[in-house]
Amino acid sequence: MPDLRLVNIVKTYGKLRAIDNLNLTVEDGELLTLLGPSGCGKTTTLRAVTGFVAPDSGDIYIGDRKISDIPPEKRGIGLVFQNYALWPHMTVFQNLAFGLQLKKMSKAQISKKVAEGLTIVKLEELEDRYPRQLSGGQQQRVALARALVLEPDILLLDEPLSNLDALLREQMRFEIAQLHKQYGITTIYVTHDQTEAMVISDRIAVLNKGKLIQLDTPAEIYSRPANKFVAGFMGTTNFIHGNVQDISGDYGAVETNGGLILHGRGLGLEKGQEVDVAVRPENVEFLRQSQASRPHGDLNIFDARVDRATYVGELIDYQLTLGDSIIRAKGDVRRKRAAGETVKIYIDPDHLPVLGE
Amino acid sequence: MFNKKMLVVSVEIIFLIFVFLLVIWPMMSLFIWSIAETWYWPSTLPQKMGFDYWKQALGMQQSLAIGAVSIVPAFFLSLMIAIIVVVISMLIAIPAGYALAKYRIPFGAFILFLFLMPNAFPQQPIFVNLLRTFTKLGLAGTVSGVILVHILVGLVFGVWITNATFKSIPPYMEEAARSVGASRFQAFYKITLPLAAPGLLASAVFVFITSLDEFTGTFFVGLPFVNTLPMTLYSSSGYNMQFASVIAIILLIPSILFMVLIQRVLKAEYVGGMG
Repeated sequence: MPDLRLVNIVKTYGKLRAIDNLNLTVEDGELLTLLGPSGCGKTTTLRAVTGFVAPDSGDIYIGDRKISDIPPEKRGIGLVFQNYALWPHMTVFQNLAFGLQLKKMSKAQISKKVAEGLTIVKLEELEDRYPRQLSGGQQQRVALARALVLEPDILLLDEPLSNLDALLREQMRFEIAQLHKQYGITTIYVTHDQTEAMVISDRIAVLNKGKLIQLDTPAEIYSRPANKFVAGFMGTTNFIHGNVQDISGDYGAVETNGGLILHGRGLGLEKGQEVDVAVRPENVEFLRQSQASRPHGDLNIFDARVDRATYVGELIDYQLTLGDSIIRAKGDVRRKRAAGETVKIYIDPDHLPVLGE
Repeated sequence: MFNKKMLVVSVEIIFLIFVFLLVIWPMMSLFIWSIAETWYWPSTLPQKMGFDYWKQALGMQQSLAIGAVSIVPAFFLSLMIAIIVVVISMLIAIPAGYALAKYRIPFGAFILFLFLMPNAFPQQPIFVNLLRTFTKLGLAGTVSGVILVHILVGLVFGVWITNATFKSIPPYMEEAARSVGASRFQAFYKITLPLAAPGLLASAVFVFITSLDEFTGTFFVGLPFVNTLPMTLYSSSGYNMQFASVIAIILLIPSILFMVLIQRVLKAEYVGGMG
């Protein structure tokens, strides 16, 4: 399987830069997710790869083959749409067979391929049904099979699960990840759902306003976001604003407006720089009074007041006042702190990103 | 419960009577007139009934009554004109409707509006002017001239309905076809065209019926040499009610056949999936 390379892609609509000089390589056999809010350029990028959008400049390659100059049907790219885009006047069999017929395969070959395709997505029994006789999940599997039977070099999935209900969506995530592992097709997956991106991806490319903001593994992106936008987009985060007071290696001490000194990790910091510290709710540790000593001495141990404690089943959702900031935290259900109580909390500096603009 | 059922039944009966009076009765009346050989005033039904006028109309019997001619030539002329008009109109309307629906055509809305023009103004002044132009071009009084006029009048249905039909088919249907290796033309021919078929047929039927019934344009441009069915109906209706009724019924037949055809196609399997 070849890789897919996007080189200096620019696409503007009037004054809007939908894709702003994008360079991106999807490695051979990798599942890379384009993640971002609506209007970030992820769909335009996908459409540029498929050939339905012509970039103003830049080139796209599959392996050594330059595809940006050839029409969509000759690119060898499989495509799965958000709305499934099954052809309503054709049965499931005919939907899968259409591309194979265009390749001038024999009838016997086509039947064999279609049967294989339906086995992959576990819909062997449904080949004579029309799309409207299928559930949403089944339709999406047919769409997936339709793309896979042609054995494309690259598979593109455009928000394939966003029309499904929550339970099915979760199940299909794992199925798609499993299929990808099994067949190893180089895949681009577009979504605005960060949980989906975390579950399914080998790497995530976070886009905003047509620019690539960060490209890394899900774990790295989550724990070491490149900037405030990425941190805010990847799940709930409390931002505390402050100034860099001191720097040692990759660590910086930040004085907040409320006078607290927070120690966290950050690259390329400068003294006096205005920064945001990103506190994830799950990284707030509640200490017992006896547990005063930590690996970093008494660094990052603070007193906070519980404003609100909400029981949500597997955890307790707290709202705390820390200095002059209000933050959310997640706590163990076995040891509930009541509202009004003062608690000692600890935030591990390794899990406390310090972010410039 | 009983009262509710009574109410529903009586509403249904009233509705049926209403439909009967509105639709069926005028047709019945046409039919009775077409078989009335003697019918004097106070009688509710004709004194003497028979198919003499039908036989005359269909050319099976010669009569000396005023306005009694065989309508067979006029019928075939009208049918031929209508078929040619449908073919040419659809050859224009399908590409035009598709292009206006799928591509950003400069002044697209204006072009669509242009097709409406012949029907947006009183027809007489338009056709009087057209007659002068057609006379210069040697088209007045010819079948080709009449065909052109019918196309002019019918094209609005052709282009507007095909345009709406193509607009209703989401672009990702064709994109999905391109992604599995279909060229632009194959995607149109194998995916969009079958999906659009009911709408295209509906627009063809409108054009067909418009041509079959077209009167004003044919009157100015075609007469006295091109005698379509509506022309024959007009010239006989003043003299002979029976004969006019026969022609009116014959004019209805192709329309009814076409309506049945539309209904069949609109019920086809895949239409349900489009909504």
